[in-house]
Amino acid sequence: MSATLFLEQGLNGLQFGLMLFLLAAGLTLVFGIMDMINLAHGSLYMVGAYLMASFVQATGSFWLALPLALAATGVVGALLELTLLRRLYARDHLTQVLATFAIILIANEAVRLVWGSQPILLNAPPSLTGPVTLPGGMQYASYRLLIIGVGVAVAVLLYFLVAKTRVGMLVRAGASNREMARAMGVDIGRLFTGVFALGAALCALAGAMLGPILAVQVGMGENILILAFVVIVIGGIGSIRGALVGSLLVGIVDTGGRAFLPLLFGTFLPPQMASAAGPAIASVLIYLLMAVVLYFRPQGLFPARG
Amino acid sequence: MSRVLPIFLLLAAFPLAMQAMDGLFYVSLASRMLIYAIAATSLNLALGYGGMVSFGHAAFFGAGAYTVGILAAEGVTSLWLAWPAAVTVAALAALFIGAVSLRTRGVYFIMITLAFAQMVYYLFVSLKTYGGEDGLALRGRSDPGFGLSLSGDLAWYYVVLALFGSLAYGLHRLAGSRFGRAIEAIRENSARAEAIGFPVYRYQLACFVISGAAAGLAGALIANQSSYVSPSLLHWIQSGTLMIMVILGGVGTLWGGALGALALLGLEHLIADYQIGWLARLAPNYQDHAGLAVGAVLLAVVLAAPRGLVGMFARRKSA
Repeated sequence: MSATLFLEQGLNGLQFGLMLFLLAAGLTLVFGIMDMINLAHGSLYMVGAYLMASFVQATGSFWLALPLALAATGVVGALLELTLLRRLYARDHLTQVLATFAIILIANEAVRLVWGSQPILLNAPPSLTGPVTLPGGMQYASYRLLIIGVGVAVAVLLYFLVAKTRVGMLVRAGASNREMARAMGVDIGRLFTGVFALGAALCALAGAMLGPILAVQVGMGENILILAFVVIVIGGIGSIRGALVGSLLVGIVDTGGRAFLPLLFGTFLPPQMASAAGPAIASVLIYLLMAVVLYFRPQGLFPARG
Repeated sequence: MSRVLPIFLLLAAFPLAMQAMDGLFYVSLASRMLIYAIAATSLNLALGYGGMVSFGHAAFFGAGAYTVGILAAEGVTSLWLAWPAAVTVAALAALFIGAVSLRTRGVYFIMITLAFAQMVYYLFVSLKTYGGEDGLALRGRSDPGFGLSLSGDLAWYYVVLALFGSLAYGLHRLAGSRFGRAIEAIRENSARAEAIGFPVYRYQLACFVISGAAAGLAGALIANQSSYVSPSLLHWIQSGTLMIMVILGGVGTLWGGALGALALLGLEHLIADYQIGWLARLAPNYQDHAGLAVGAVLLAVVLAAPRGLVGMFARRKSA
């Protein structure tokens, strides 16, 4: 087990965790402020990736397509909120689950109608397809490095937005006590349309950045949605800081588990068993992490409500 | 009960009519729907009556199915051994998962039950001896002994119907019993129930275990229905589907789970298998996009019938 491998897997974990954070940030705010379970969050991620692929094809440029895809998905998110989700805030969680599950079904079929059932291709910008040499002589894919850069930049931006601006103050007020914020004259309705559009744009960013690495296909949103829920529960619902810590934890534990558990098991199990048990236990690790966190901290690591 | 009897008579007569009309395929489909009705009804006990929103019932469903599958692979095909074993395994799984999960509340309970179900899912994916990701084919249905066989569609349908009927009756009795009332009191206000002197945690756990055991029975049946078990029975999509059935039908009502299961599976089947003439002229391959219609119907139910399909019927009666 060389130091290079360790570093490489660490960076992969960081990259995955930061992309999860893009999804979890929107989800935790929607959940925290409006007390709304939105299963369709993963669908916005899917729609973002598909829109990105189309815009790349239309414009021929990754960098031109990215803002277009973000803006378009943001608009889709805002429209979804204004027409449909708004009616669900006052309803109980189970109704929200049923309604947003219906939206998943509709979104999947709509995407299939527009783009077809086959996975579509989304390429990384041509200048970033090769590896770069990191200080210390290690080779690492330049595109993955870009993802890490983008993730860190967005995390910092979000921190400033939420912690240092007036809008952020309203968002935090809404998350910690919705009724009180409303009573103090905050226009929760408008604030939430904005938060939802921002969350949708972040989904699109994650979809666009991960598209070249993972497949752009129908159903891509469902699996990552569950991971995003795991993240926000570990972090504490409604807390951006919790979402960041949770994302990085999940990203690193998941990636690290997949890379090192089979090796670790190989040291004391026969190779055939190790290769079978390793990946399975690695998949279980994040759920184990969540169960343990919830057992000791039933409100998550950073509860938003006091 | 007077309203229930005609429905069950209808359900009992259904396969005979189908046989007369040469439609045995529908008997098999109806058995499948009834099995899902059992699974959804069992979830409704925990979710609706007990207020415990389990997002991991596929774990019990799948555990029951895999118990039958693994026993069959090891040569144990007797119904009288395999089915009780499936129920026991599911009940034990529910006892363990419930004991840990019931320490949390609300959304955190939803997520921790999901977490456990996902662990069980990956456990069976990694069980290469029993098919791993590809699943496990059974050689036939469980053997009831006494020279009988369940391989015929008709016999199988009646067994499933009888079990569904017993479960519905059991749930009806349970809901009316002291235990059932206490469970609903705990759902409404657990602090008050605790203050009155009910052992809240133990009651909830008992309710959760009964619900898990019944889901295990449904799992044993589904393994028999298709003579095949696979990890997809344990996937979170399965837990979600069961939850959708309950919410669609009516949370915390006797027939909600069954009605939701029938409606959801029936709708999917209807759209995929029947061509509606005028719709096909408008959109030639609309049948490839059944999800669109199912989604639209679910949304309509959410917006038009807040208490599910059962609530819709009840309201019409009182109006």
